[in-house]
Amino acid sequence: MNGKSAVESARAATRFRDPQIEMAHGAGGKASRRLVEGLFAPLLYQSTGEALGDAARVRIDGTAIAVTTDSFVVRPLRFPGGSIGELAVNGTMNDLAVSGAEGHALVATFVLEEGLPTSVLEAEVRAMAGAAERAGVVMVGGDTKVVERGKADGMYITTTGIGRFMPQVTVDAKSVRAGDKILLSGPIGDHGITILLARGELDLEANLASDTRCILSLVQAVASEAAPGIRWMRDPTRGGVATTLNELARDCGLGIVLSEEEIPMRDEVRGACELLGLDPLHIANEGQFLAVVAPEYADAALNALNQAEGGEDACIIGEVRSEPACAVLVTTRYGGSRIVDMLVGDPLPRIC
Amino acid sequence: MRYVDEFRDPELITKASEEIYRLADPDRHYRIMEVCGGHTHAIYRFGLKDVLPSNIELIHGPGCPVCVLPMGRIDDGLAVAKNSNVVFAAFGDMMRVPGTHGSPFEHKARGTDVRIVYSPADALQIARKNPEKHVMFFAIGFETTAPSTALTLMRAKAEGIKNFSVFCNHVTIIPAIRAILDSPDMRLDAFIGPGHVSTVIGCRPYEWIARNEGKPVVTSGFEPLDLLQSLVMLLRQLRAGEARVENQYKRVVPWEGNRAALKAMAEVFQLRPYFEWRGLGFISQSALKIRDEYAEWDAEQRFPIPGTRVTDPKAAQCGEVLKGVLKPAQCKLFGNECTPEHPIGALMVSSEGSCAAYYNYEHRKAAAMVTSISSVA
Amino acid sequence: MCLAIPGKIVELDRNAAHLGTVEVAGVRRKVDLGLLQEDMPVAGDWVLIHVGFAMTKISEQDALEQMNLLQMLGEAEQAMQEVRGYGIDESGGEHGQEHSRPN
Repeated sequence: MNGKSAVESARAATRFRDPQIEMAHGAGGKASRRLVEGLFAPLLYQSTGEALGDAARVRIDGTAIAVTTDSFVVRPLRFPGGSIGELAVNGTMNDLAVSGAEGHALVATFVLEEGLPTSVLEAEVRAMAGAAERAGVVMVGGDTKVVERGKADGMYITTTGIGRFMPQVTVDAKSVRAGDKILLSGPIGDHGITILLARGELDLEANLASDTRCILSLVQAVASEAAPGIRWMRDPTRGGVATTLNELARDCGLGIVLSEEEIPMRDEVRGACELLGLDPLHIANEGQFLAVVAPEYADAALNALNQAEGGEDACIIGEVRSEPACAVLVTTRYGGSRIVDMLVGDPLPRIC
Repeated sequence: MRYVDEFRDPELITKASEEIYRLADPDRHYRIMEVCGGHTHAIYRFGLKDVLPSNIELIHGPGCPVCVLPMGRIDDGLAVAKNSNVVFAAFGDMMRVPGTHGSPFEHKARGTDVRIVYSPADALQIARKNPEKHVMFFAIGFETTAPSTALTLMRAKAEGIKNFSVFCNHVTIIPAIRAILDSPDMRLDAFIGPGHVSTVIGCRPYEWIARNEGKPVVTSGFEPLDLLQSLVMLLRQLRAGEARVENQYKRVVPWEGNRAALKAMAEVFQLRPYFEWRGLGFISQSALKIRDEYAEWDAEQRFPIPGTRVTDPKAAQCGEVLKGVLKPAQCKLFGNECTPEHPIGALMVSSEGSCAAYYNYEHRKAAAMVTSISSVA
Repeated sequence: MCLAIPGKIVELDRNAAHLGTVEVAGVRRKVDLGLLQEDMPVAGDWVLIHVGFAMTKISEQDALEQMNLLQMLGEAEQAMQEVRGYGIDESGGEHGQEHSRPN
């Protein structure tokens, strides 16, 4: 039987010391990690010693199935490039994809705010249907609840997905070695900055759209040419590339060195970050993934990505080294370097 | 020109670095203070120490307006915000600064309406859009920011917007520099002068440093080449035994300052007789308060203010670090009890705090290297 | 807060004399030009923006001059070294020995 017994769970000690929940705990950075590792994991998750990944591996009668879930709280609900519906489908498909699984079916739960116009709900459901079709996944069920006016920001959506693991692809932080290359599928920061601008609270305008998309086909492209070389993958959503790679560095005990000028970014993202004093490496992405690939497969993997539709901007942004252990270092053109930490706090709440 | 890329040209950086090596007297140990927190951050962010000779010591000055604010002022501001219809609006930098009962973000989690704004104008806009609420803008900053607060107050008055006020913590830079020079434990050779404060006050206010104290001052920009060029200019003066004020940041800083900005400040603000600075104690004529003509928009006149005085935790050495007497890593709490995630003092959370700069750019690198070496050995 | 960045004025607000739109790397933001009323910028001017206000105009002339100065760094020394090489300048030795170089 998987999971803890009730007695074990009741007795498990928690290490989470914060007296109350704050926005930072949902931001995807350090505080989030503290909450998951300090409260949820000891009480709820089976102690397999495995690092917490994007999807869980569950065995039913000997067959391994991938399972993952994600909730989407976005304000505003619609924004350039997409809406909460698309995020809900793509986000969960992407979590499965970077865990090496092809999403097979999704279920969705809706928490709707009293007073939500039906037209808004219908638009989102249509958006989900469209996204599901593009992603090649079926929606097989769901649940709906309505809460009082004033809660739920209009609507919250949670999607849970199951899928089958791709043969030959294993994703394991412990398999990462010094010398491995780090691939990024495309420009960073589009989603987070688009949301920030879409809120209209700042007098900022730019020609930007969310990058939300299902990246399964890109992962499949890499797998087709370089499956044995894939060590680890993840999608850098909340907390950005910096948080995701810091998690990897901690999980594998090695160092990650990125070359600042290799990291692709649209001018508008750079400009907005400069104007607001934000670090692009901490901004959420909804249509990108990072892959750590063995050096002898890196070129093939990158080539496969660049050839695939939507992967043209993919590039190698750095490599794994033995030091600085458990940290991410970004080097600049003229030899300066700085450690980039996980996101601390929550500069951009309610972005995905 | 893009005004950014050009000033990060690697070839020119190398050239400037070589010139600094050439100019620095190997028998001399230079102690140069960069006053401005933004300069401290730039120095660490661009790894400039890596291209400087070891006998140039850069000392971090108190030019971080969040860092020098005593905790009691934050407590006072948050006390006002406890009123149910008050919105506490402040720059993002303020949000995780610890008050006695938590930071603004922590107060937000407990129900206070706390909002990040990127401009005092944004705060005024919230007031316009929410007539049933009272928006209190918690203003911080040196002379760079004070004129913008002043203009915003002028606009609020002109438009008759009554549901808006400012809790004013603006401070002035010259008294802080004076306090540093008066401090017996400080021996300095020269100053990298503030960049953006100088766009408002100009370069004249620094002349007494050169004339009376005999220390050269070069007002500097924030790009790597700006800072390196400023060091070249300072070293040239030091070699020649000169002490003058020079303006490296000519493209932005007018020697005479910005008259319209100074006028706006004079219209709205007056100097407080004295103000308490973290680390530097009470300094006379060093901070701004809102004039009576704008009393309606002065949070300190509209709301009862507890007037809390809170001393820093005994073990925290924020004051010494602010004065440049201690390096961040020399504070006993640095990296242990005090980190960006659970800061004891503002120097560890502010985007211009020297502890934050050191921690994020240097300390973690060094600590990671030590871990690596010890795990290999 | 020191954070101030250069941006180009792309448009002046027709309805509000003190407002303009500035562009930074393709991002447009409304800024208050009230602090520059003694010498108002026009579209095409570069300004320094801090907390939503334009603080000063950026002088392209001064920026170019600065770049020139930076380019010339080291050239004066090269000229001196050449001259010394010819044995014309006898005073020599004020520079002492070189320090270790950065890598």
